[in-house]
Amino acid sequence: MRITRKDFLRLSGLGLLGVAGRMAVRGVAKASASSAGSNATKRWGMVIDLQKCCRENGCDRCIKACNTAHNIPQFPDRAHEVKWVWNQPFETVFPLVQTDYARRAYAGQPIPVMCNHCASPPCVRVCPTQATWKREEDGIVMMDWHRCIGCRYCMAACPYGSRSFNWQDPRPAIAALNPDFPTRTKGVVEKCNFCEERLARGLGPACVEACQEKALIFGDFADSDSEPRRLLRSRFALQRKPELGTSPSIYYLV
Amino acid sequence: MFMLEKAIVGGRRYRVWMLCLCGLILAGVLCYLRQLTQGLAITGMSRDVSWGLYIAQFTFFVGVAASAVMVVLPYYLHDYKAFGRITILGELLAVGAVTMCMLFVFVDMGQPTRVLNVLRYPTPWSLMFWDFISLGGYLFLNALISVIMLRAEREEVPPPKWIKPIVILSIPWAISIHTVTAFLYSGLPGHTFWMTAVLAPRFLASAFASGPALLILLCLVLRKVAGFDAGCEAIHKLGIIVTYAMVINVFLISVEFFTVFYSRIPEHLEHFRYVFLGLDGNYHLAPWMWLSLLLSVPALALLLVPAWRNSPRLLPLACVFVFVSLWLDKGLGLIVGGFTPSPFGAVTVYTPTWPEATIVAGVWAIGAFIITVFYKITLSVREAH
Repeated sequence: MRITRKDFLRLSGLGLLGVAGRMAVRGVAKASASSAGSNATKRWGMVIDLQKCCRENGCDRCIKACNTAHNIPQFPDRAHEVKWVWNQPFETVFPLVQTDYARRAYAGQPIPVMCNHCASPPCVRVCPTQATWKREEDGIVMMDWHRCIGCRYCMAACPYGSRSFNWQDPRPAIAALNPDFPTRTKGVVEKCNFCEERLARGLGPACVEACQEKALIFGDFADSDSEPRRLLRSRFALQRKPELGTSPSIYYLV
Repeated sequence: MFMLEKAIVGGRRYRVWMLCLCGLILAGVLCYLRQLTQGLAITGMSRDVSWGLYIAQFTFFVGVAASAVMVVLPYYLHDYKAFGRITILGELLAVGAVTMCMLFVFVDMGQPTRVLNVLRYPTPWSLMFWDFISLGGYLFLNALISVIMLRAEREEVPPPKWIKPIVILSIPWAISIHTVTAFLYSGLPGHTFWMTAVLAPRFLASAFASGPALLILLCLVLRKVAGFDAGCEAIHKLGIIVTYAMVINVFLISVEFFTVFYSRIPEHLEHFRYVFLGLDGNYHLAPWMWLSLLLSVPALALLLVPAWRNSPRLLPLACVFVFVSLWLDKGLGLIVGGFTPSPFGAVTVYTPTWPEATIVAGVWAIGAFIITVFYKITLSVREAH
């Protein structure tokens, strides 16, 4: 049997397709095997005491601490903003909790918002490359800036607007470079990481440490004796959009 | 190989057309190179409206691609002979449209060099992964079917038997690509504009109206420039398909309107208010969306009256109305409307920038180039007989 050049090209093309198919099947098998089973030991979470937080108007110490710790660029253009923790008027954070004749507590008050580190995070569900994932041992929603392809599906999926995209190179817009934390490149998504780099060294999150009013209380929600859990037992608290079933790990004490 | 040699020769008009397309492609490539170096900041997208024209165009052209099933199904499944001359045109249109979809997704990536991470780390719970699979598979199926059919036509032999199951497979596959695309949006918590079970059916209805409308227009253009006759019966039948699909599409939109405006749930209402009435003094999108709604009225009138639908002068007009109306609805309003207002109730205006629009035009030109080449080859093969 003679194999012509045309046949040879066709056969090698088919062969390549076969190999690619095998790799894809293997990958799927591996991915579905690794997604099974969880052994959560901790669940990091935060309680924000609005009575303390709103005592001083215009305070942004937590935001500044985060910006410095994480090399967050400052762009004047609102469209291209990158932010991990920021202030947002109370009524835009909880648009439907006080309507009509209900008493308007905290109206117009800026309150801090950030990634909710949801127990069931929609961003993780949609990411096509697992560049964002929930760390099983402590519930932190993580980001791999080297794997992210910048499709921004996670931004569309996050119901809280917690994710930012690097529309341009962020490095020239970093005020003071912190050499202990990586900078990002253009074209990737980023968000609050609950200071996992500090937690690994036994420290608390930078925003929590920076708050002089001690309005941000961080701890392990899996431990019923932890400070945030004790506060949640004694006071009324809100989560953002709990009806979506994402189960946010940030609570606001009102 | 693939009879490409037939695409190189052509008349003056053909060469001028191809040259114009090449010019547009070049402009698009240059703007894309700028986007590569400066980042997506050169587009009109923002933190609040994080998907824009690119993803909207992708969504629209998935519909055009899926609509090939409207000629494939009657021809292969019901042996409807009148579609014999245009079925391959539909399949080739699908190949061109899927290529455009892939390019639109590609130009939207922040890190295009990493795009194969989707295959390196397959993630079956992500709809984006399935979109890759379904689009890639659909491209492969349609390209294979067209090549085999065209080759059979050239050799004047019946197509090989093994192609039939592949053709049959391409029918549910076409439905799947647009369903998966709708699921990209309708499965997201917090975006009430997209969170409707009717999104996938609506996508299919608008696809089966806009795709065949485009195919009718292409057939009429081919009649003028290449003397290709699709046959009156085929064109009329396509007209009926467009009519049914458009009626169903308008019905589904009305169903959405009723649900949202009668229930008056603020979260659902505010997106529709922004899209059709304007919100907080921002009316940027509303005129376009009204144009889309208003165009569907004469389109439906022209399609529903048989005498008008079968008129060789009015049918193309109806097709243009249908296409533009659905393009505005799906290729513009759907994505921007889903993002506005933001989760904090902010209205951020999205206006595509010139480089962004040029990249979009470049991708269109690539699609038009591919379809022209395919149609040229097909018609040359037929002329040879």
